[in-house]
Amino acid sequence: MADALLRLEGVHTHIGHYHILQGVDLAVPAGELTMLLGRNGAGKTTTLRTILGLWRASSGSVRFDGRDVARLDTPAIASLGIAYVPEAMGIFAGLTVRENLLLAARNGPLREERLEWIFRFFPPMKKFWELPAGNLSGGQKQMLAISRAVAEPRKLILIDEPTKGLAPAIINNLIEAFAELKKTGTTLLMVEQNFHAARSLGDSVAVMEAGRIVHAGRMADLAADEALQTRLLGLSLEAHQ
Amino acid sequence: MSRIDWKPLLLALVVLLGALLLVQNPSTWLTLTIAGLAMGLLIFLMASGLTLVFGLMDVMNFAHGLFITTGAYVAASVMRRLAGPAEAESLLANLGAVVPAVLAAMAVAGLLGFFFERVIVRPVYGQHLKQILITTGGMIVAEQLIVAFWGPEQMALERPRALRGAFIVGEMALEKYRLAAVVVGLAVFAAMLVLLNRTRIGLLIRAGVENREMVEAMGYRIRRLFVAVFVAGSALAGLGGALWGMYERNFTVQVGAHMMVLIFIVIIIGGLGSVGGCFAASLLVGLVANYVGYLSPKIALGSNILLMVLVLLWRPQGLYPVGRQ
Repeated sequence: MADALLRLEGVHTHIGHYHILQGVDLAVPAGELTMLLGRNGAGKTTTLRTILGLWRASSGSVRFDGRDVARLDTPAIASLGIAYVPEAMGIFAGLTVRENLLLAARNGPLREERLEWIFRFFPPMKKFWELPAGNLSGGQKQMLAISRAVAEPRKLILIDEPTKGLAPAIINNLIEAFAELKKTGTTLLMVEQNFHAARSLGDSVAVMEAGRIVHAGRMADLAADEALQTRLLGLSLEAHQ
Repeated sequence: MSRIDWKPLLLALVVLLGALLLVQNPSTWLTLTIAGLAMGLLIFLMASGLTLVFGLMDVMNFAHGLFITTGAYVAASVMRRLAGPAEAESLLANLGAVVPAVLAAMAVAGLLGFFFERVIVRPVYGQHLKQILITTGGMIVAEQLIVAFWGPEQMALERPRALRGAFIVGEMALEKYRLAAVVVGLAVFAAMLVLLNRTRIGLLIRAGVENREMVEAMGYRIRRLFVAVFVAGSALAGLGGALWGMYERNFTVQVGAHMMVLIFIVIIIGGLGSVGGCFAASLLVGLVANYVGYLSPKIALGSNILLMVLVLLWRPQGLYPVGRQ
């Protein structure tokens, strides 16, 4: 397994009076796609938001690229080379597709080869280039959210349930794009409920329950072990296809 | 596909044409319309900063009127010292008095805004009730400081000679100062449109108004941007205060507080955080106030509240709601 680009150790996060993350230990290997699985309410989204500083860890360490980022604020963490695609996509509805992508290119103008990549996998982005993002369909908005995350090279992309609520054809489109993105060596940490997508994309996997990581290993091992799937996730991956 | 929602603009057109039918006399209608546009654009100058401040950081700054008052007082002081050029026959000499007065008003209001953001607003981010209490309290204290410095008497702010009187066109009397206010208001609006739609800072402001958290997650420091917007908004309020002071000619320390009622109406009607909405609402408020003031003075006071109620019944989020998340 590759060295960890991101490592969480004993991370606790409180939101108001609620103790959500209760000692998360997670290693995300560099250059791989790590799937973060678990039932609703297990703490997957909180983990992503804690990594980015959107919710502050109450204790524990979050090391990214060899540096402890737990005490940094969100803009400083993002500037280290982390992109985030939230579950609600976070697109700017009043801005055009072009303007959304311009904002994502923090370090200068949009590079031609990046745009070509985006247009190849997400043709609607080219078609609706000057359309307000609020006018796009749900699938197109997700495409835009992901396009924004890859508008510039990033070391790590955090993606929260990218296939949620999308049509199968669009999900296949996204799977293809993520598979291609993996080839560029980008590290991805993805929360996913669609086990077909999880199995076909994931290199490594971590399963959460009640605010802790209860299993970490290779995705292929989990996919091959139906008893383990049932124990960790309640149902086998096959049942979710 | 069009990005402009034309319905609110049609509403303005309906108001204009409806007033023409009711007023019946075209020259009176034109005079009222210019007065309404001038009033509306001055309100826009004062309100545009506040709507962005609310949109970007959810800050309810009840002390915004203080920047208006400060602008008016500073402009009056400078104009008093430059009475010579202000009374001269030459337009250039007049500008030599007005421009420094307006710039000083903007600079002092902007500085005061910077101080306010750092000392008063910053400790209460995200706490609406405390924001209302502390900004209201800050405004009361600052108003008393103004009284202590300038005295409790009414301040006079005379217009420069070139902007007194009116152009007479046929039966119409078009007041010079109101025309000038229209020109300044439109110029500021055009500059804001360019800034918001053609620059990266503008892009960030528009994105921040919609989804502050996502802008930060993309690596931008929205708080720095907010300070800049707060200061610019305060400076614009100072400009509005200076021009409003000349419009009214006499005012007291309450001038800003009195304007806040209209400013809140405009911000709510326009849609919180929307500059375009603020512009459309300001014009509507200015026009309605002048038409109703002429047609039925008894209900003039309540006309803008009625306008707000009607608009909110039609569009509960305002004329141009911002898709905030």
